[in-house]
Amino acid sequence: MSKSIIFLEQNETTVKKSSFELVQWSKDNNVEFECFTFGTLKDQSKTDCELFGVTALHQIGESDLYNSLTWSKALKSLVDEVKPNFILGSSSVQSLDLFARTSALLDSALATDCIGLDLNGETLLPQKPLYAGKCSCTVKMSGPNPQMVLMRPNQIKSAIETASTLEIKTKSLEASPESFSVESKIKGEGGKVDLSDANIIVSGGRGLKEAKNFEILNEMATVLNASVGASRAVVDDGWVPHNMQVGQTGKTVAPSLYIACGISGAVQHLAGMSSSKVIVAINNDPDAPIFSKSTYGIVGDIFEVAPKLTEELRKVL
Amino acid sequence: MNIFVCIKQVPDTETKIQIKEDSSGITQDNIKWVINPYDEFAIEEAIKLKQSLGAEKVFAICLGPQKRVQDSLRVALAMGCDEGLVIDCEDNLDSLATAKSIKACIEKVGAFSLVLTGKGAIDENSQALTQQLAALLDVPHAQSVSEIKTEGSVLTVQREVESGSKEVFKITGPCVLGATKGLNTPRYPSLPGIMKAKKKPIQIFSMADLAVSTDSYTSFIDYKPPAEKPQTKILNGDVNAQVLELVDLLKNEAKVL
Repeated sequence: MSKSIIFLEQNETTVKKSSFELVQWSKDNNVEFECFTFGTLKDQSKTDCELFGVTALHQIGESDLYNSLTWSKALKSLVDEVKPNFILGSSSVQSLDLFARTSALLDSALATDCIGLDLNGETLLPQKPLYAGKCSCTVKMSGPNPQMVLMRPNQIKSAIETASTLEIKTKSLEASPESFSVESKIKGEGGKVDLSDANIIVSGGRGLKEAKNFEILNEMATVLNASVGASRAVVDDGWVPHNMQVGQTGKTVAPSLYIACGISGAVQHLAGMSSSKVIVAINNDPDAPIFSKSTYGIVGDIFEVAPKLTEELRKVL
Repeated sequence: MNIFVCIKQVPDTETKIQIKEDSSGITQDNIKWVINPYDEFAIEEAIKLKQSLGAEKVFAICLGPQKRVQDSLRVALAMGCDEGLVIDCEDNLDSLATAKSIKACIEKVGAFSLVLTGKGAIDENSQALTQQLAALLDVPHAQSVSEIKTEGSVLTVQREVESGSKEVFKITGPCVLGATKGLNTPRYPSLPGIMKAKKKPIQIFSMADLAVSTDSYTSFIDYKPPAEKPQTKILNGDVNAQVLELVDLLKNEAKVL
């Protein structure tokens, strides 16, 4: 029987929900699993671990500040101890950083940004989009164990609630070498869910005409409990910061619902959002390329449609 | 000490990608090859940091078929890099195998104070090379870097994480940094720059010269076109009717509310 270790990434309050997708995958595929996390274990993290059926958790270190040098070394020692076939995680800024550095320390195969994950005997068969989603492929993995895979959130079955008793083993971290120190983390404004993890995204483009009209989208986002994204054009024009950019040279997102407002749909933008489950496009140009990728489309004036939509959503939510 | 910039040649975003009949890859005809957009930020930063770090030379490294990748190296040289280095390789290597080759190449050419890469390449979007190369070179790294400040040999580096948050690192000594948008505005090669670039040296290394294996632990098979989305449902009627229908569909058909 194969064994996986799963990275449970914590945000400020709990474990990111997408991490548990890999717990569910391991159960569904009859893969034995243990989990690992870094920093102090939040109360809610513990509750959620038990809710989603985690039984063994390695809690490493006490600092919540990410340190690529010490964390990757600790992950390598965990692998030497547990000897897993697979290391699995949900794709994020932090997991990408950690997994890639560790893969070189372990000399192991790594597949990132995956959208599907099959198992053939003791070999993982992840699927991955290429060329900005213009095609996809299967990744054939070889080399020394473990095989490492990072999945985009919301692509495989989400975790089913079950009950378990959690056993926690704590481990310490080495001190960071003098050549490298983590100084601080500067928090972004808002405290909204990051685009890459958002379940719903409302996104705006040139069709909004000027920066202050993003307020229309903010209102809709508040009602939907959504995050707000933007096209490259309006980021380049300085209407909104770069961390809101969806698409090539911005973020790749895959929410359950993506509402594109006044976005024409350049290839670069479509690359970053076309794996969203449901896409709504609102644009006054019936020939806008965004409509070809959309589930539902409204050809109309964003300044009329968006406020109306916010109002109707408020009634049903 | 030198600065090395790693660049990758990728199909231009507008390129139509065609899958080979046997699904083993994409057809290479009619591809317009360009420098990966994130790598342009790395090139610009290398040129800017050359003086403040007191670096001797800025080398641009590119792995790929030597004839093809020289075009991109000439662009990097025209922007201001001093010398080009080709790792001649017909097949695509995965990021770890690429990192091993680049490490071998750097060690052959000279000491480094800084290696710059793009945050990721837009073809495979693996975003792993920066970290892997740093681990192999046994130096620190920072990925998605949007600001670099220098004070002697100490770098203060800001990287973009989630929700607009930033992490700040202090790094002393050699390191590998992955550039993202916002770090700078890459220059266009000037005409004199292009003329000068023609005379700048480009060295070509074979995998045998570097004594590294071309074995990749990951390879891409079974290429497929993207899954077809169901046809777009365009909602008709006046604004009120359109919006009411949309909310109903989102709630009852798509079940995403």
